[in-house]
Amino acid sequence: MSHAEDHPSTRRDFLYYATGGVGAVATGAAVWPLINQMNPSADVQAASTLRVDLSTLEPGTQLTVLFLGKPIFIRRRTADEIEAGRAVELSDLVDNDARNANLPNGGDGGDENRTMVDFAGENTGEWLVMWGVCTHLGCVPLGDGAGDFGGWFCPCHGSHYDTAGRIRRGPAPENLPVPSASFVDETTILLG
Amino acid sequence: MSGIPHDHYEPKSNAAKWLHRRLPVVGLLYDTLMIPTPKNLNWMWIWGIVLAFCLVMQIVTGVILVMHYTPHVDLAFASIEHIMRNVNGGWAIRYIHMNGASLFFIAVYLHIFRGLYYGSYKAPREVTWIIGMLIYLLMMATGFLGYVLPWGQMSFWGATVITGLFGAIPFVGEAIQTWLLGGPAVDNATLNRFLSLHFLLPFVIAGLVVVHIWAFHHTGNNNPTGVDVRKSSRKEAEADTLPFWPYFVIKDVFALAVVLVAFFAVVGFMPNFLGHPDNYIEANPMVTPAHIVPEWYYLPFYAILRAFDGEVWVVIWASWLTGGIVDAKFFGVIAMFGAIAVMALVPWLDTSSVRSGRYRPMFKWWFWLLAVDFMVLMWAGAMPAEGIYPYIALIGAAYWFAYFLVILPLLGIFEKPLPQPATIEEDFKEHYGKSGSNGDTAATPAE
Repeated sequence: MSHAEDHPSTRRDFLYYATGGVGAVATGAAVWPLINQMNPSADVQAASTLRVDLSTLEPGTQLTVLFLGKPIFIRRRTADEIEAGRAVELSDLVDNDARNANLPNGGDGGDENRTMVDFAGENTGEWLVMWGVCTHLGCVPLGDGAGDFGGWFCPCHGSHYDTAGRIRRGPAPENLPVPSASFVDETTILLG
Repeated sequence: MSGIPHDHYEPKSNAAKWLHRRLPVVGLLYDTLMIPTPKNLNWMWIWGIVLAFCLVMQIVTGVILVMHYTPHVDLAFASIEHIMRNVNGGWAIRYIHMNGASLFFIAVYLHIFRGLYYGSYKAPREVTWIIGMLIYLLMMATGFLGYVLPWGQMSFWGATVITGLFGAIPFVGEAIQTWLLGGPAVDNATLNRFLSLHFLLPFVIAGLVVVHIWAFHHTGNNNPTGVDVRKSSRKEAEADTLPFWPYFVIKDVFALAVVLVAFFAVVGFMPNFLGHPDNYIEANPMVTPAHIVPEWYYLPFYAILRAFDGEVWVVIWASWLTGGIVDAKFFGVIAMFGAIAVMALVPWLDTSSVRSGRYRPMFKWWFWLLAVDFMVLMWAGAMPAEGIYPYIALIGAAYWFAYFLVILPLLGIFEKPLPQPATIEEDFKEHYGKSGSNGDTAATPAE
């Protein structure tokens, strides 16, 4: 202010900025609930888990279940699929990250980092559980060996995933994410 | 208003004088309706009226539809069938609303390309143009929100894909997407808020339309020559213009009648031609339709969104420059919104001092190539994202950006424009012979 040298800091200046500051905080406090109401409501947020019975799942077949409004793919892979997944060089991957919620420290995109440990504690490579949501724009990819890499293919924008659900070609940036899941007995898994 | 000398409202009766002193609303309406309008406007200047009509038609039919619609995931799809089968005349009102959206977009694209060809965006009409672009963006948002409401397969998956665009924003994208949806996926919360916003936005559009009209009433209309109306004297101004009422109102209403004949032929005989059969299957979060296609009016920008995958060099380059923050997905989103942004910035990208494309011999070719490019992108956007189509979309997208960012700035430097007529009156006489004025009186239109 031009009068700064005459009145370095007046009571009026203080009141002006204090009022403005309080006004800004009050406006923010009033607007925030109006924005926050659009976030997921309590019933949606409520922690959710799901038990899935896999006793009928034969090798080479898959199950799709709806969890938190989105599909989960559960595939019991054949020996050929496991072999194909393990034969891929890490340098050929678009996304060399496990994207596996069950690996607290993360890991590379290797096939064994994508599959589930069974009830006996062994990672046989047979059990592949992942969100059935394309990492491009959220469509549900087609399974059962679809696409050029024998895994999944997203019909929306042409993303190809391999037998371990890893993105290999197309616009999707990441591998299909593996949700937190574990076997609770020989044939039942717990999601969430 | 408009700086063009013309008659102003003079209240005559005592009652009119009483009101005018307190609220000059009659004067405002009079000046708005009697605005001097360049008398050489051609048939491409009718789309504004068609658009105004569409807005009113969509609001009226929409307010009626919401009286019978239920915004709940279990009931929405059935309530649309209720409208179609049980509500008196409900089928007609819904088909008008559905196809009304298409008419709205046909009109807006013709309106926009009219502006691009005749340089309507150039000084002093930049603000009119920017507001128009905002209206266009809001129209796209409103159309998208409305398409979700019937809760068919395309509704659901369209909503999933489009809200996924926001999820592509680095760092905060997921939080924004969850906030928009009200949950981890498209669900009841999403449907409810989409109805609320679909109801709100048309009124925001109506407000912006008032500002849009205000802006070009202040500067005056552009015209096919791009030459300004003479403002130095009343006589000269009247030789260049005619009042909007009754001359242009009658012309526009005639054009509107012709357009509506075609529109109601579609509504009556082929109401689902522009729709997608998958939207008559109820939404199912477990099954994605084999081929998700947005409504036709989004296709050119949808094609641009899909064109940039991880194998395009600009994407690889952008990803490398930003340390991976800008990936293929986010790049596609930037490209799609960027395609509209460069169009919005065209007043500052076009360096030519000549407004109308009529007097720009090189510009003409590039312009028509842009129009073809727009159609090609629309076609490519409707095709599956496989084989040759992504490459066609990529070439189309490249030309779209090149037109606005390279060709228009350079044309202003290299192009030698043709001579322009000195006045609108001169152009009018050349086109319409001697039936116009001889320069000393207001024109009498041909009869």
